[in-house]
Amino acid sequence: MTSAAEIVTQVERDDVRARWLLSAPALLIIFFAAIGPLFVMLAYSVMVKGDYGDVRFGELSLDGWFSVLFQRDIFDDTIGLADAHLSIFWRSVKLSLITTLVTLALGFPTAYFIATRPPHTREVWVFLVTIPFWTNLLIRTFAMQEVIRNEGILNTLMIRLGVIDQPIQLMYTDAAILFGMVYVYLPLMVLPLYASMEKLDFRLVEAGYDLYATRLRVLWRIIIPLVRPGIVAGSILVFIPSLGAYVIPRVLGGGKSMMLGNLIELQFGAGRNWPLGAAISITLMAMVMLALLVYVRNAARSGAQHG
Amino acid sequence: MRQKLRTATAATALLAFAGMAHADGELNIYNWGDYTSPELIKKFEQAHNVKVTITDYDSNDTALAKVRAGGHGFDIVVPSANYVPIWVKEGLLLEARPDQMENFKNVDPRWVDVHWDPGRHYSVPWQWGVTGIGVNTKVYGGDINTSAIFLDPPAELVGKINVAPEMNDVLYATIKYFGGDWCTDDKELLRKVRDKLVEAKTKWLAMDYSVTDKLPAGDYSAVYYWNGAIMRSRLANQDIKFGYPKEGYPIFMDSVAILKDAKNVENAKLFMNFIMDPENAAMVSAFAKYANGIKGSEQFMPEDMKTAPELVVPAEFEKAGEFLEACSPEVVDLYSRIWTDVQK
Amino acid sequence: MASGRTFDLRSQPAFSFVALFTFFMLYLPIAALVMYAFNAGSSMAVWEGVSLRWFYEAAGNERVQEAALRSAVIAMFAALTATVAATMAAIATTRTRPYRGLTFKYAFINQPLMVPEIVTAVALLIVFSRIKVWTGYSGLGYLVAAHSAFCIPFAYLPIRARLENMDLSLETAAADLYATKWQAFSHVTLPLLRPGIIAGFMLAFVISLDDVVITEFVKSGGQDTLPTYMLGQLRRETTPEINAIAVAFLLFSVVLVTAFFFVNRRKV
Repeated sequence: MTSAAEIVTQVERDDVRARWLLSAPALLIIFFAAIGPLFVMLAYSVMVKGDYGDVRFGELSLDGWFSVLFQRDIFDDTIGLADAHLSIFWRSVKLSLITTLVTLALGFPTAYFIATRPPHTREVWVFLVTIPFWTNLLIRTFAMQEVIRNEGILNTLMIRLGVIDQPIQLMYTDAAILFGMVYVYLPLMVLPLYASMEKLDFRLVEAGYDLYATRLRVLWRIIIPLVRPGIVAGSILVFIPSLGAYVIPRVLGGGKSMMLGNLIELQFGAGRNWPLGAAISITLMAMVMLALLVYVRNAARSGAQHG
Repeated sequence: MRQKLRTATAATALLAFAGMAHADGELNIYNWGDYTSPELIKKFEQAHNVKVTITDYDSNDTALAKVRAGGHGFDIVVPSANYVPIWVKEGLLLEARPDQMENFKNVDPRWVDVHWDPGRHYSVPWQWGVTGIGVNTKVYGGDINTSAIFLDPPAELVGKINVAPEMNDVLYATIKYFGGDWCTDDKELLRKVRDKLVEAKTKWLAMDYSVTDKLPAGDYSAVYYWNGAIMRSRLANQDIKFGYPKEGYPIFMDSVAILKDAKNVENAKLFMNFIMDPENAAMVSAFAKYANGIKGSEQFMPEDMKTAPELVVPAEFEKAGEFLEACSPEVVDLYSRIWTDVQK
Repeated sequence: MASGRTFDLRSQPAFSFVALFTFFMLYLPIAALVMYAFNAGSSMAVWEGVSLRWFYEAAGNERVQEAALRSAVIAMFAALTATVAATMAAIATTRTRPYRGLTFKYAFINQPLMVPEIVTAVALLIVFSRIKVWTGYSGLGYLVAAHSAFCIPFAYLPIRARLENMDLSLETAAADLYATKWQAFSHVTLPLLRPGIIAGFMLAFVISLDDVVITEFVKSGGQDTLPTYMLGQLRRETTPEINAIAVAFLLFSVVLVTAFFFVNRRKV
């Protein structure tokens, strides 16, 4: 005789097992082609660097980790903070945060706009959001360059309209990198936002108005809490690739100022310091995970408050 | 053992000659992007009944990392001069003995006993060029045969300069600007180099690759860049002039070599021999607008290349040019840290 | 809307304005791109009149055609694999009481997002080249595997967002009517989930098409994709040929996606 409690446990156990089976393909693919190889990175970060790139396998050293934050001064051999690395870290974080905020500011209204169209036209609008992104990143970056360069569309237009009389130098500035990243990552914000907004129950909005809430208040107290999962997903999708961006700063930033992706590439490339490259990469990953953790915690807490 | 290996490769080389007239199959070339003339490949395919596949790389280090890791499937690679010794040292290249090939007699003697491959046991010349100054003379009319154009730029050019984002080329010019030698580890001199670059960078607009488009269009008024690209810029805008930095400028040469783990060694050798033919070498140059190292190819070159000031080095500046040797790992470390400081 | 209010309660006029501005900005660079594809001159900056010259050049360039086709094939396979795996994983990780390993799964699935591309690229180069040497196989499978892996989180996030917001009552109703688990899934859950799956697939497809760095390191001989081909060109010179290729590619994708949408709609 099995008791009801035992049956329930059994059912639950079966459910968990089924859930593991269901997630197995995704977990396996990611393990094979993304996570597994990273252990190699971890191993490489604690080895002696090879003379011409690569590492000397089996020879251990913590130099790579040491040089992430500290450096022996090139000229007087004193040990100090690696301020070059620190400033590159900081500018990457700063530019990625701004990119996330701007894409949210543009993407939220856009997703809302799409979600409030009549049902049969929504797909068309979604389609319109994605079309520009059916060309690859490099082409889009080049296209953005056509817009913001000195004799590009934006400057020409503004001169014609009499807003300015001299072209504004946008190319090769941080503003250019921002333009590029916002443009390139915008759909990664709009699509998840739309996916959760599309399910929004507008009866709740109506209820809000019935209680004489203003538009802003309805937005703030009803809509935003309800689409929070979309906001979190979108922000994560935009922030993280921005942090590791490589092509956009290289093309639009004119390569004068590195971002983290470029710094890491330098170490695996002409810098020939793979252990340092590996150590910086792992530091970056740790930072991202920490930020994610804090973010998700905060989101959960404030979500609970709003009920 | 090594001796044995050498005799073995020599024997293979001899066999290759025997089979030269006829070889079917495939050839996998791993080369810089936009650097291989499609007409040349078509001609080779037809002449030898070989299917050629080209794959691109965009930096010496990517190519090196990839080939060293193995399993790549390439037969031929085209490394720059300062990288050839590394490839040899790492045991990645086949000692194909191109110096014993039929067309080797066409190689300009200047390019035979080169320091990166003395006597040419591994590689044959593909293209060579220099890194120099390109200036829009409408904007600046002064002397352009100096690195001061980008290190101490005249007021007219401030904020309009593009410098090739190449660590070696830029550090070389700057070290020479202060009278040092390449691969120096003189701390006092290197401090000056770093400080100068950090200061000069604030007067540059970009460190980018897209020169052939932006120099003629006026986005840039001056560049420190490769001569072939500057020549292409001049063809689009006659105001562009080329300058050879008198303090010293780097010469580069990319050479064709066969990989040790190549699957199509015979076809690769056919290809090596093929590009040492003057007519074919001229096709190589006509496409990418750099000089090759083959005697007699001039007569097959397009007219505008024979007299191009970017390609024909004036006698007074010939001495200032130098091939960059591969520096010791300690020096490379020092240089890449300076480079990071400059780009932060 | 039948209510007697003087305004449509859904509408936020400022939002519509921003949205239309966003759409305008999205298409401005594309317009520039298309325009210069028809430039008669060989510059991407100076306009010299209308011509089809670059389309002919691109059409005559075998390497471009092969690379474009290869990109599309890889993206298709990778996006399919990623979407199927991500849908299964999303179902397995939502609408459940927390169980052991759930957080682990979240972290695991989202992990490819947290790694800069260049790191994965070098790591994959080291591991895959060993496998290539052992097995002797060096086909497109490695690229598809690598692309699938980093596409999964992109497909997973919208699908999961959709699932979490989904109305449970319909599924409960199906269960009440003695539908089997599979029937409930295929007749109720899946159709409701479809917008999420479509968004996931499209994201995955685009992400795969975009990839430069990982492909550059993983590719074997003769496996250039359009982005790596263009990266190679970047160092030398760019002509409107690239624009022409991009326009052709764009047209191809639009036709593909339009067809996809119509087929999809008819089933409703």
